[in-house]
Amino acid sequence: MNRRLIDLARVIRSKNAGPFELTLDIICKDEDAYAILKRAQVITPERMAALYHVPVEDILQIIYFEPAHAVKVTMRRRIPSGAFGETDIYGAQQHAPLMLMEFSCDT
Amino acid sequence: MHERRTCTILSPTAILGYGFPESSFERALACDPDVIAVDGGSTDPGPYYLGAGKPFTNRNGVKRDLSYMIEAGLSRRIPVIIGTAGGSGAKVHVDWCLEIIREIVQEQKLGACKIGVIYADIPGSIVAQRLADGGITPLAGVPELTQEYLAQTTNIVAQMGHEPMIDALDRGCDIILAGRAYDPACFAAVPIRMGFDPGLCLHAGKILECAAIAATPGSGSDCVIGIIDEDHFTLKTVSDERRFTEESTCAHTLYEKSDPYHLPGPGGMLNLEHTEFREIADGVEVYGSVFEPSEHYTIKLEGARLTGYRTISIAATRDPIMIGQLDEIIEQVQQRVAKLVPQLFADSQICVHQYGRNGVMGPMEPNPVYEGHESVLLIDVLGRRQEDADSVCSLMRSTLLHYGYRGRIATAGNLAFPFSPSDISTGEVYEFSLYHILQQKPDDTFFPVKEVLL
Repeated sequence: MNRRLIDLARVIRSKNAGPFELTLDIICKDEDAYAILKRAQVITPERMAALYHVPVEDILQIIYFEPAHAVKVTMRRRIPSGAFGETDIYGAQQHAPLMLMEFSCDT
Repeated sequence: MHERRTCTILSPTAILGYGFPESSFERALACDPDVIAVDGGSTDPGPYYLGAGKPFTNRNGVKRDLSYMIEAGLSRRIPVIIGTAGGSGAKVHVDWCLEIIREIVQEQKLGACKIGVIYADIPGSIVAQRLADGGITPLAGVPELTQEYLAQTTNIVAQMGHEPMIDALDRGCDIILAGRAYDPACFAAVPIRMGFDPGLCLHAGKILECAAIAATPGSGSDCVIGIIDEDHFTLKTVSDERRFTEESTCAHTLYEKSDPYHLPGPGGMLNLEHTEFREIADGVEVYGSVFEPSEHYTIKLEGARLTGYRTISIAATRDPIMIGQLDEIIEQVQQRVAKLVPQLFADSQICVHQYGRNGVMGPMEPNPVYEGHESVLLIDVLGRRQEDADSVCSLMRSTLLHYGYRGRIATAGNLAFPFSPSDISTGEVYEFSLYHILQQKPDDTFFPVKEVLL
């Protein structure tokens, strides 16, 4: 079946992790939603790179964090925070593409 | 272990100057805290504040917060510890904050007190030497540091750990005013000195530095309490409006960091692989966090270099024919400006932010098309000197205003300006140049305590 990420998550957010990295948090509604997301294995470097129009090597880390039923994606910032050409110093408004993300899964 | 069984830490607000309700502060004081600690800074607002040596918090706000904290600390004879003073924690920021403290102590007639001032500046010559020796490594995603970039870097600071603050406590300082510090350090110094487990103290500090942001509903301007015990710590709010839950505390562990299990800091790593959060009636208990000292003591350097001067102009269009071909028009306008002033153009950088298309995400925008009926164009120019940026921005604005684009029927002017003057010179522009790890040598004394008597 087709699922939307926004239906599984209670929090979808982005923020700087220091001035050179951007980190995306998807916090699931509950244990079941987390299990569905984890089993589907759709949060991959390739998929994130395509979603954000960045090279796959700029996706630095994807970590599942069980205690918060969350998955975290960290990517290299396009430019250091606040350098000329910046659009979002805090990196707090880079989450929207995830809100529209859909994927197919068995459950 | 010290004879006292627990250590209570009062964190009044997420960033010094953000404020807190007086009622919360009073309730927090009723918990009989052993220390009042506050984090004063962040790299979040960007490189300007460190580079230019300016505070990003408001002076009146900082003075207001500190006046409550210092009065309470001195009257109760408990230390007040401020980390990363003035927002970025360079000497100029620390001195700015010291002046505010001096005013408060005099105006409120609080009597004699001893302040431990700890600067965090690292001389450029030492960084240059260590860079040449290979003693400096960039963090993930950070470009290599060159001697040229280093020479352009105005203020260099390093994040101190809790050790220099403990030194100041040993000297009997009533107030500790620290430059750039690892965020948890000012919260962890007192309980670590009392003999509590550094892993628990630092993890508590990691949460307390954001005050009530980790509670639910979150707030950056409300007080919270941390109580360090032998095998766990407890987090409590002091307002009926919010509380710490297992969910809110856990989720906060993810906030602003790349790996929620491993948090590197000065001298080691906080390991949260076996951390457990247990919700209790009035808060959350946290167990199992471990500090793992590293083989060599390392500290993180931060610095920003001057890249030029900025002038901006804010304008908008409501013309559907123009909006349909904005990319092309902006490109053609830039070419025309390049012909008018070839050298100035070559020495400048121009970025026209197109709100309504990709103003927020830039090249990462997955849907870079106009769907609305109006658009804001923000002309952003970086020049070598302010007058260069002013000239290029002025030409970009005037050329765009009267540019005869294809199919134009609105021939009186292409832009709606909300302001007169339309162009704004915003001054110096900085870029983070240093976000590197320096391995300390045994005889390094980077964070000496200076005693100031008021």
